[in-house]
Amino acid sequence: MLLIQCPYCGERPEVEFVYGGQAHIARPQQSAELSDQQWTDFLYRRDNARGPHAERWRHTHGCGRFFNALRDTTTDHFLTTYKQGETPPRPPAESAT
Amino acid sequence: MQPFSAFSLLKRGLSGQRGWTAQWRSPEPRRSYDAIIVGGGGHGLGAAYYLASEHRLGSVAVLEKGWIGGGNTGRNTTIIRSNYLFDESAALYDHAVRLWEGLSQTLNYNVMFSQRGVLMLAHSVHDMQVSKRHVHANRAAGVDNEWLTPEEARTFCPPLNIGDIRYPVLGAALQRRGGTARHDAVAWGYARAADALGVDIIENCAVTGIRRNTDGSVAGVETTRGPISAPRVGVSAAGHSSVVMKMAGVELPLESYPLQALVSEPVKPVFPCVVMSNTIHAYISQSDKGELVIGAGTDAYTSYTQRGGLHISSHALEAVCELFPMFRRLRMLRNWGGIVDVTPDRSPIIARTPVPGLYVNCGWGTGGFKATPGAAHVFAWTIARDEPHPINAPFTLERFRDGNLIDEAAAAAVAH
Repeated sequence: MLLIQCPYCGERPEVEFVYGGQAHIARPQQSAELSDQQWTDFLYRRDNARGPHAERWRHTHGCGRFFNALRDTTTDHFLTTYKQGETPPRPPAESAT
Repeated sequence: MQPFSAFSLLKRGLSGQRGWTAQWRSPEPRRSYDAIIVGGGGHGLGAAYYLASEHRLGSVAVLEKGWIGGGNTGRNTTIIRSNYLFDESAALYDHAVRLWEGLSQTLNYNVMFSQRGVLMLAHSVHDMQVSKRHVHANRAAGVDNEWLTPEEARTFCPPLNIGDIRYPVLGAALQRRGGTARHDAVAWGYARAADALGVDIIENCAVTGIRRNTDGSVAGVETTRGPISAPRVGVSAAGHSSVVMKMAGVELPLESYPLQALVSEPVKPVFPCVVMSNTIHAYISQSDKGELVIGAGTDAYTSYTQRGGLHISSHALEAVCELFPMFRRLRMLRNWGGIVDVTPDRSPIIARTPVPGLYVNCGWGTGGFKATPGAAHVFAWTIARDEPHPINAPFTLERFRDGNLIDEAAAAAVAH
């Protein structure tokens, strides 16, 4: 089980959290003007990154708040977590593990 | 290829098992092939076999970054069934079951296909309605499936505890043609049969890039063992499909998750069939070696680690112990994870791609093993003819754009 650093509550076990998928996907403002392919990309296309991955988590059984995390999907090691609205930190180059 | 027969087994048995030869070659990669399959699992090896046997392609290679069958082919819980809700899915998975039924003879290799029946339990009113809808839909589509009362389910599977549990068994759907097969044997059998037809199986050869012609079409691949050219490349890379396809600039609607399984210590034959429970989430069967083979769920997050959280497999074990109290003191021997590539509608993609000459067979999520022969067969057709077989025609990449989802996500008989 992973230990996850909630930016509000500190380190807690994974079962207190719900995974929210890839982070920083903004819903398009003018959806009616998008092409079918652009709308498909918004709905379904995900990076599925092998390596550092910016993702959303919710501390459901804790403070209840959403936050973002940068996790290496080749090790499941959390590089950092940060609050909603903050700029995502740059993944450390070639030193992810 | 040395054909296997009762006589050859007896003869070798009487001569100390000497004289068996390697079942497939280990060739150096050639500079070019007519077609390359990326990924040496059951799906990839099977596609190479059908390309050589049915489509008579001159030269075919399978490139595998590790060893054949070392990925999800060797990590699944070996369950085979075709009782999917939608007609498109039922046609695809039942095509596979029909091929499974003759596979040992086709390949001259015993894949130990055992149609011992797959029993899917219902524990709630919702389960009952969904299961019965599946039974009716399957029967209308020509796929066998029948409804059992709790007592009939227990008669079919005597270890089953139908009453004294938190979610009592209210009924079950039974597909008698479903069952299990020996997963390694499927990879080995296809490898041996493909090799005999001249297919080069190249292990320890990771694809690092996909080369393109100036018109955008596929020219070949870059590998850790040098560049190889081919006008047709079929990618069958399971959890790493996104990674491989990005090398050609093709983005797929996939997310890769760890899916766990575990086996118990081996015991005498005690379990006659396959049992699946959606609601309390467990899959269980007994291998011919005697181990109970147990399937757990996916972890919550995307990952490429081939391992998952212990709480996920514990959850499956709790369900198994509740349903089958006689297993409560059994010890678990091993657990592991595989990386499964999941599509938004939980149906696979077996299709051409925007890159001419590049084909993909991916998105099988948590249930690709059962489809191995069927998927391989229609994937080979798609590669050889540059058009889909009628069975895989609905399973395109464009269905996500065009709204033609085959939404087994809501309909699938398993929890996601």
